[in-house]
Amino acid sequence: MTTQVQPAISVRDVVVSYNGRRVLDRVSLDVHRGETMVLLGGSGSGKSTLLRQIIGLERPQSGQILIDGMDLAICKPRELKKIRRSIGVAFQNSALFNSMSVQDNIALPLREHTRLAESTIRLMTWMKLVVVGLSDAGELSPQALSGGMKKRAAVARALALDPEVLVFDEPSAGLDPIVAAELDELILGLKRAFSMTVVVVTHEMASAFRIADRIAMLYKGSLIAVGSKEDLQRSTHPHIRQFLDRVADPIATEAVGQHLQRYLDGSAI
Amino acid sequence: MSSPVFEQLGTATLHHAGYMGALAIQFRNTVATMWRSLPVVGNRLRWRSALGQMVAAGIDAFPMVGIMCVCAGFILAMQGASELRRLGAMNFVVDLVTIGFMRELGPLLTAIAVSGRSGSAFSAEIGTMVVTEEIDALRTMGIDPIEFVLAPKYMAALIVLPCLTILGTACGILAGGLFMRISADMALSIYLTSVAHSMVLRDVFMGLVKSIAFATIIVHVGCLEGFRVRGGPDAVGRSATAAVVKSTFLVILADVGFTALFYVTAAR
Repeated sequence: MTTQVQPAISVRDVVVSYNGRRVLDRVSLDVHRGETMVLLGGSGSGKSTLLRQIIGLERPQSGQILIDGMDLAICKPRELKKIRRSIGVAFQNSALFNSMSVQDNIALPLREHTRLAESTIRLMTWMKLVVVGLSDAGELSPQALSGGMKKRAAVARALALDPEVLVFDEPSAGLDPIVAAELDELILGLKRAFSMTVVVVTHEMASAFRIADRIAMLYKGSLIAVGSKEDLQRSTHPHIRQFLDRVADPIATEAVGQHLQRYLDGSAI
Repeated sequence: MSSPVFEQLGTATLHHAGYMGALAIQFRNTVATMWRSLPVVGNRLRWRSALGQMVAAGIDAFPMVGIMCVCAGFILAMQGASELRRLGAMNFVVDLVTIGFMRELGPLLTAIAVSGRSGSAFSAEIGTMVVTEEIDALRTMGIDPIEFVLAPKYMAALIVLPCLTILGTACGILAGGLFMRISADMALSIYLTSVAHSMVLRDVFMGLVKSIAFATIIVHVGCLEGFRVRGGPDAVGRSATAAVVKSTFLVILADVGFTALFYVTAAR
């Protein structure tokens, strides 16, 4: 007899619409404990919306989001707070508080949710900074950090309460390839060191294939594939192939070409 | 057949009712978390944040409020004197300035100055936090943005606005005294004695109640406009403008209500 292990995150038949436009269409996905799940998709595919659902910032019109078996839509505020403490989020734009120093940013969740002595909080903050390689930057203001350092500081803050799930929204966005690769190594290192469940939203294929255990591919609000990197690379699905082979949309290309031609002819002015 | 005028009227009514509803919900949620911004029994980080807001919205605003009230004091005294002089009733300028400032100009001018200065600042600060995902970050850390961002501002405004109102009223009345010294050669001691005779505890109470109500309007409209920001930096600018316009409008509307209430109860 086999016992079924409860997934860390379970998304069931989730539907999200904005102003009558369906952004997520009956999306179902399980993220298992200790795995790195990458949500891959183009612009407007719904991957960031799915992420906002998973971290409880928005509620679906229908369907369920279960974190450790708890439904985010019906759990009590105290339970929701507990769930949120178990999820660390590194936002696309870092979302560090500019009014605080880097170390105060990291200490914030500790000061808010624990009764630890200030000396202990300082020590824990420093340890998180060491983990992300920013041990000398604690006193600095977030505005004084480079893009890559900001992302690392955001990761340190996400790690502050030792979460079971770590979520990254577009970690490579706006970074040069070297810094983006360093951040990928940091994600891999964190997963190895803390055996965390990691969810990453990205459209960077190199990053996705480097860090993912499994990849979920979204296209216009629907999940069109979930599988290993190898499964995805072998896929013959036209939209997956188009994304992997970096092929432009022929309809959009034609429309742009026609508009450009009209502009050159002078008829579009 | 539906008339477009009625349709627009209905849509606008629903929109404004929705806005007032959002303000009421935000007010209720803030009151529920206000105790956390109190010293000793609350969270020391919130109280520290409230102290910072008191400096920004109160101490830093005093020069502006003071100058505005001094100017208004002179204007009121000069306008009053130009008419009362003809009737040989210059002494009534003292009553005019004292009652005018205690009941009306002190709370109103202070509220307008704070609305322009701090209401827009609250809106821009929170709007920027929305755009840069800082509000989302607070939520994902299990920190209530109302408690973390709004409650300390409200706590600060509830303390600072009545204090500024008292100081502003004092500035206005003193300006009246200076005018009377120059134009009617009235000694300051005599002027202040006349002021004390004109003062009624009910007016002092009314002025303070008004300032608390105005503080509530300014903070909640400013913060709601900030929380409602969607889009980029241009939306932050628009929200700051909307915060000043709406809070000033609502302050004057509330003032009409208070004054009508005062008039009705005083007539009995």
